[in-house]
Amino acid sequence: MDLGTIIWNTIALFLTVCIFSFLYKDNPFYKFAEHLVVGVSAGYFAIILFYNGFVPKVWIPVTTRGEWWYLLPAILGVMTWTRFSKKWAWISRFSIAFYMGIAVGVALPLEMQQRVVKQLHATMLPVHFMDIQGFWNLLIILGVLCGLVYFFFSVEHKGAVGGAARLGIWILMIGFGAGFGLTVMGRISLLADRIQFMREWYLMVTQALWGA
Amino acid sequence: MRGQLPILIVFVSGVFMAIQYFIPHDAGVFFYEYGGVFFYEYGLDCIIVIGVFAMLLGIWSLFRVQLDKVAKRSPGWGYSVVALGGLFFMMIGGPLWGIEEGTPFMQVFWYIYTPIQATMFSLLAFYIASAAYRAFRARTVLATILLLTAMVIMLRLIPLGAISGPNQKLATWILMVPSMAANRAILIGIGLGIVATCLKIILGIERAYMGHD
Repeated sequence: MDLGTIIWNTIALFLTVCIFSFLYKDNPFYKFAEHLVVGVSAGYFAIILFYNGFVPKVWIPVTTRGEWWYLLPAILGVMTWTRFSKKWAWISRFSIAFYMGIAVGVALPLEMQQRVVKQLHATMLPVHFMDIQGFWNLLIILGVLCGLVYFFFSVEHKGAVGGAARLGIWILMIGFGAGFGLTVMGRISLLADRIQFMREWYLMVTQALWGA
Repeated sequence: MRGQLPILIVFVSGVFMAIQYFIPHDAGVFFYEYGGVFFYEYGLDCIIVIGVFAMLLGIWSLFRVQLDKVAKRSPGWGYSVVALGGLFFMMIGGPLWGIEEGTPFMQVFWYIYTPIQATMFSLLAFYIASAAYRAFRARTVLATILLLTAMVIMLRLIPLGAISGPNQKLATWILMVPSMAANRAILIGIGLGIVATCLKIILGIERAYMGHD
C-alpha cells in the first residue's frame, strides 16, 4: 500500500468522522466538512459540465469543424449572465425562453409517453378468477383508479367518489409505507458501508505500520 | 419586446420540438434537417450549452456570497474560506491536471466529496428513526397502515426464524400489488402534472420563469 493511498484514505476517514460528529451536536468539525463539500461539489460539477458540455458541443465543433452555428447557444449562454445587472436583466429572458421552449417541447411528449401511457398500458392487466393472480390484477387496477380519484379535486369527495378516494388513500399509505421502509434500508446500507470503510482503514494502517 | 418576444420564442421552439415526435421519419427529415444539421439534436445541444453557462452563473453567485461573508468578517467567515478554497482548488485543478482518474482533481472527488456525501446520507439513518417514531405513532388507521407496511418491508431481509418466510412473502406481495398500484397512481399524476405545466409554459399561461422587472 503506497503512502499516497494511506494519506487520501486518512483524509476520507477524518471527514467521515467530522460528519458523524453531528450526531452529538452541531460543531466546527461538521461545519468544516459541510462547507468543504459545498465548494468542492460546485467546482467539480462546473468543470465536469465544462468538459462534457462546452468542449464537445461548442469548442470542438467551432474550432475543428468550422460549425459556427454552435456559437449561437454560447451567445445565449453568455446572455444569461445579464441576470446580475438590474438594468440589463431583461436580456437573459431570451436565452431562458429559448431554453424553456426546447426543454418543455422535448418533455411534453416524452413525459406523456414514459409516465402516463406506459403506466396505463402496464395497468391494463387480465382480470380473471382462475387463480389468485387474476384477483391481484383486479386489486392493482382498482388501486390505481382509486389513487387517481384521491388526487382528483374537481369533484367533491362524497358518495361513491368519496369511497373511492378513501380506498385510494389507504392504497397510497401502503405505497408510502413501503417507500419509507425501502428508504430506511437504503440509509442503513450506506451506514454499514461507512462503518466498513472505517474498519478497512484501520486494517490498512495497522498493516502498513506493523505488517500485521 | 421584453415581455412578448420571450413568450413567442417559447411557443415557437416548444411547438417545433414537440411536434417532431408525431411526424413520420421521412417528413421529419424534410422539416428538421438542413445542410446536414439536424435541428432536433441541435436544439438539445443548445440547452446543454446554455446550462453550462447558467451553471457558471450559480458558481459566481456562490463565490459572491462566500466572499461577502469573508470581507465583512461575518460569524463563521472561516468556513466560507474553506468553501472558497474547495471551489478554487477544483476550478483550477481541473484544467491544470485534467479530469482523468488518478489526477488530484479526481482524488479530491473520490476521497473528499464521495465520503462526505455518503456519510451525510448515512446520517439520515439515525434521524429517520426518530422521525419515524413521531410520524408512526399509531394514532389513526392511516398511520397504522403506514407503520405496519414499513415494518414488514424493513424486516423482510432480517433473519427472524419461522416468521421470515411468511414476512418475505407478505413484503413481496405488498411491493408487487398495493405499493405498485400506489406508485402507478402517483407516477400518472406526476406525468399529467408535468404535461399540464409544459402546455401552460408553451401557451404563455405560466410565465414565472421570466422573473420580474
